[in-house]
Amino acid sequence: MSVNRMFRTCPTSGLVFHEPAEKLMRWNAVAAVVSLLIGGLLAIGVVLTRWQAVHLLPPDRFYQYLTAHGLNMLVFWIIFFEIAVLYFAGSTLLKARLATPKMAWAAFWLMVLGALVNNYSVLRGDSSVMFTSYAPMGAHPTFYLGLILFAVGALIACFVFLGTLVVAKAERTYHGSIPLVTFGAVTAAIIAIFTIAAGAIILIPTFLWSVGLVPTIDSLMYRTVWWAFGHSSQQINVSAHVAVWYAVAAIVFGAKPMSEKVSRTAFLLYILFLQLASAHHLLADPGLTSHWKIFNTSYAMYLAVLASMVHGLTVPGSIEVAQRQKGFNHGLFEWLRKAPWSNPAFSSMFMSLIGFGFLGGISGVMMGTEQLNLIIHNTLYVPGHFHATVVVGTTLAFMGLTYFLIPVLFRREITFPKMAQWQPYVFGLAMMGVSLFLMGAGTLGVPRRHWDIGFAGNAFAHEFPGAAWLMMALAGITGIIAIVGGGMYLLITVWSVFLGKKIQTPGFQHVRAKDGIAPAPKPVAAAIAAHHPGIGAGGMVAPGTFALAMVFLTAFVLYYFINWKYLSTVWPLK
Amino acid sequence: MNAERIEDDLPDEPVPVMQQLLDNPFLLLFLGIAMPTVLYIVWGVMEIVSLPIAK
Repeated sequence: MSVNRMFRTCPTSGLVFHEPAEKLMRWNAVAAVVSLLIGGLLAIGVVLTRWQAVHLLPPDRFYQYLTAHGLNMLVFWIIFFEIAVLYFAGSTLLKARLATPKMAWAAFWLMVLGALVNNYSVLRGDSSVMFTSYAPMGAHPTFYLGLILFAVGALIACFVFLGTLVVAKAERTYHGSIPLVTFGAVTAAIIAIFTIAAGAIILIPTFLWSVGLVPTIDSLMYRTVWWAFGHSSQQINVSAHVAVWYAVAAIVFGAKPMSEKVSRTAFLLYILFLQLASAHHLLADPGLTSHWKIFNTSYAMYLAVLASMVHGLTVPGSIEVAQRQKGFNHGLFEWLRKAPWSNPAFSSMFMSLIGFGFLGGISGVMMGTEQLNLIIHNTLYVPGHFHATVVVGTTLAFMGLTYFLIPVLFRREITFPKMAQWQPYVFGLAMMGVSLFLMGAGTLGVPRRHWDIGFAGNAFAHEFPGAAWLMMALAGITGIIAIVGGGMYLLITVWSVFLGKKIQTPGFQHVRAKDGIAPAPKPVAAAIAAHHPGIGAGGMVAPGTFALAMVFLTAFVLYYFINWKYLSTVWPLK
Repeated sequence: MNAERIEDDLPDEPVPVMQQLLDNPFLLLFLGIAMPTVLYIVWGVMEIVSLPIAK
């Protein structure tokens, strides 16, 4: 069997693309964007229904839209894009051929088939069980079958990525340790493999239950194992978008991590502890002990949070160092003021970092505290939190990477460049608004999944305060603006990829395995010289990042203790 | 001075244990599967199956 050893080097970025890997990255990215389009269209119905003044859809249609929106956004868009990122981090960054391209294609088509089958089941109208699909609420068998097919495809893709690491090491396409971005992708792949295994443990019996071969599914058992899949799937995103942050910092600024050791150790903390945070969805379940809940959330999860704070410090820190070395060395924030804010790759990445940390991170820790969780459990606070992590954090970071990949991977110029400059701000700021207002409504007790907070025609009505209705309206307005921002992204990417002006680059050429394509190792003397002489202030090379970190910690502590105070008012101790 | 010369001048140093761990994706994979499987899934399932059944 002949091995495809055709490579091309991008003249502007210097990145090396393996022919089959490039094609697979493109197809996975396109499938991701199609999923985003479907999920975005469905978001219109969801937003305009929960905005009570509009209240667009009837209940059956609303839950159908919500189910398909959740699955297309949280699973299909994100994981298709992540597989593209894995192939990029494995093949392109290691300058290695992709292991078993045929298996990678089989994985891709299984994922496509799974996504189609799952969407079909929801479209039928008898599988409006939402993303969580809690048993004993049953869906059509094709709902579970679609998810299983998609998961098997994604699992194969993860092993193709790990196989590519083996190929790269065997063919010596890199020296020393793998690059940090690839290490972040390894972290994402490991979490993905656990996630998919957990999904198989619970979705296969649930599928058998749906076709009548298993008599019953225990609801608590379902929720416990399902969340090892449902929440961990979002932890793949965290690892992947943090890897993208490091990549964008290196691409835009030539920034090097402040400490490779510290950043890699932070990724190791993700590998060990991040998945355990799934337990915060079960903090209000009476069947599990506080030992299990508190260990998995308040102890183990804090180690993962520590890792996120390390990344949140080192990524802007590395950018600050790179900017100061270029001469933007005055004061605390000249490096930030003079950053390329009109470059959508950077603006997306930086807003992703800030939104993920300030909104998603702080709210996640609050939710993961057993007592505080009582205030917001199963309220709109939860979607508010994950729109900050998955949408502002992951989706915005992936959008930023797309602006880099269109010329480099698709070899097309970005059309509507002015719109591309604005898009991250429209989408990112509006989505931050959505997150904040949903969290605000959730704090006032608005339920997470209920179609109508007016409870029209219900025997047991509840009157929410006017502020809750205002929050829902503001979430609706910002939601529509965010959808416009998402539409701008789709217009720019689809137009650029299919109709954009072609960039002429040298074609693929055969590279023999023994020739290798890795650069010579960096001389030690040069590496030592790269250690930031004469920059920064007060003995720190990145004082601006330190100041930002202090603002973050102050906000974190204040918000955390405000919620304890709030808990004492909703549940008075006498 | 080229890169090979510099590498030749350096004494061979043992690779630190932590770096060996971080450089081994399959060991990391084992840890990344084992930790949540034991601490989250197995522990959680054991708690659920040990719940007394209502009469």
